[in-house]
Amino acid sequence: MLLEIENLKTHYQTAEGMVKAADGISFSIDKDQVFGLVGESGCGKSTLIRTIMRLVPDSAHVSADRLRINGTDLLPLSDKEYRKSILWSEISLVPQSAMNSLNPVYKVGSQIAEIMLTHTKMKRKEAMEKVKELFEAVGLQAGLVNSFAHEFSGGMRQRAMIAMSLALNPSLIIMDEPTTGLDVLVQERILRKLIEIKAKMANDTSILLITHDISVVAEMSDRIGVMYAGQMMEVSDTLDLFAEPYHPYSLGLKNAFPSIKEWDRELISIPGSPPNLIGNFQGCIFRERCPFRIKECATQRPEAKEVKPGHMVACIRTNDVEEFRQRAGEKETWKF
Amino acid sequence: MALESIKEGLTTHFRIITKHKFGTFGALVLLFFSIIAIFAPYIAPHTPWETLRTSAGKLALLKPPSGEFLLGTTAMGRDLFSQMIFATRTTVYIGFVSGMISIIIGANIGLISGFYGGKLDEVLMRFTDIVWGMPFLPFIIILISLFGRKLEFVILAICLVIWRSSARVIRAQTLAIKQRQFILAAKARGCSNLRIIYRHIMPNILPLLILYTAFNIAWSVIAEAGASFLGFGDPTNLSWGGILFSLWISSKIRVAWWWFAAPAICIILLVSALVFISRSYEEVANPRLRKR
Repeated sequence: MLLEIENLKTHYQTAEGMVKAADGISFSIDKDQVFGLVGESGCGKSTLIRTIMRLVPDSAHVSADRLRINGTDLLPLSDKEYRKSILWSEISLVPQSAMNSLNPVYKVGSQIAEIMLTHTKMKRKEAMEKVKELFEAVGLQAGLVNSFAHEFSGGMRQRAMIAMSLALNPSLIIMDEPTTGLDVLVQERILRKLIEIKAKMANDTSILLITHDISVVAEMSDRIGVMYAGQMMEVSDTLDLFAEPYHPYSLGLKNAFPSIKEWDRELISIPGSPPNLIGNFQGCIFRERCPFRIKECATQRPEAKEVKPGHMVACIRTNDVEEFRQRAGEKETWKF
Repeated sequence: MALESIKEGLTTHFRIITKHKFGTFGALVLLFFSIIAIFAPYIAPHTPWETLRTSAGKLALLKPPSGEFLLGTTAMGRDLFSQMIFATRTTVYIGFVSGMISIIIGANIGLISGFYGGKLDEVLMRFTDIVWGMPFLPFIIILISLFGRKLEFVILAICLVIWRSSARVIRAQTLAIKQRQFILAAKARGCSNLRIIYRHIMPNILPLLILYTAFNIAWSVIAEAGASFLGFGDPTNLSWGGILFSLWISSKIRVAWWWFAAPAICIILLVSALVFISRSYEEVANPRLRKR
């Protein structure tokens, strides 16, 4: 296993109380795998990334039963050790809205070269050559290394950020909404390029793909994790999740996306909005928006059950899933 | 390669300054005074201290400007023109050095305070507030009296007070830049805090730094002129304010208009020039000021 996360919690202490941005997340990513993490805005995806990359403020309380990459425990590492040995060399990040992730006063090439100059013993010339190689790998002309960020289009900046994430040959690349804000044509091209790059990479690099676009995650990922309100609802192989979803939330999400086959099916969205993450929440965090809730859902928080090998679901009513799947397709189910 | 970027940089600054007439005027005045300061010994016809005689042979005391003495003479028979030239050297030197050092102090305090926040920020800003509370010229005078009336101590005294104006503003800018996405991206890439402050944040506040450097130099000139006029300058290194001081103690101020006009006009010219140049940079630092 490349990345092992078990019971990860990130709580922020605020004036109004303890915000449980991530509350008991568990999943793992294998080598040479693309893991897609989906969920609504505000479900904790960004918090999860920041926790893994240690970009959370000092006031955040982070705990986990296990947080390992390539066998190395991440939590006990000091900030300096983390910065030197993990950050970017093991785990790198393509941030959301890459448009703004480049320093406007430096040339794009030198910002990427800077990484190699600070982490390795490369000389400036060598580093610039490597940057040109990276540019070509992502589909940018080598000459563009001497341009500034404002001279790039959105798609080009995104490619530059991807090139930057590849700089030290990491084992895991986290991509936060890599295609949000790009037009569909550019989106398609970049996704195709990503698949190409991953295939070419020598060391079984894995990708943690965060997005709320199910179509992107369906095309790119081997496994998918569905997050809601700081907790993991369901984790399984992609095809399995689309063919046989278990969790009511996953069923609801399926309805919200237009299908190319049933083009006249009416879209049904899940009513309500995510709950307040402050304080102690009893029972299942999805119950207020779940059409299949029962009395017990208010008292016990569901444990992650392995309904099939490699398929984890956090729901106490997994036995009734056949009935759920049928009823989920009907509009009336979601009106309450 | 480096030469190209230096040329590029100089062209950019040239364009910023000369975009408006007042900027050009300021640059020319600065250039003029700088040349005089550098070549002083070669330009001045006499030394500032020698008592001179007119062509008629009499002591040249309090003579108004003429063909012989371009700016007239002082009550001690010294050539004002030469005095002004050497004083330009002192004034420009003190102004520039104080300005540069004070911006280094102020910028670092602003950057560190803004970036780290928390207790450090509190302490640094309260200290800045205390320095703000000191009256400008009186405090500089006190410092000079404490240290001694030498050129270096005048510079030191000015630096210890003037940095206060830039610190707050630079801290505010640092706070603004700190929030931007590319700083987070730099942190994610493993940049150390020091690297982020000096290689990522500082270059983005450069227009503001240049602006405040010009302002600080202007205020240093004013401070030095004020302190010297009140008698607290270096007696061996005459400055424009020092010339005014010697005028004052000679009690001839009502009679010798030339002795007053020359230093006064030069002080006004130099400070205006610096302010005009900083106006040009103000437009870069705050794009909303640009005329459409």
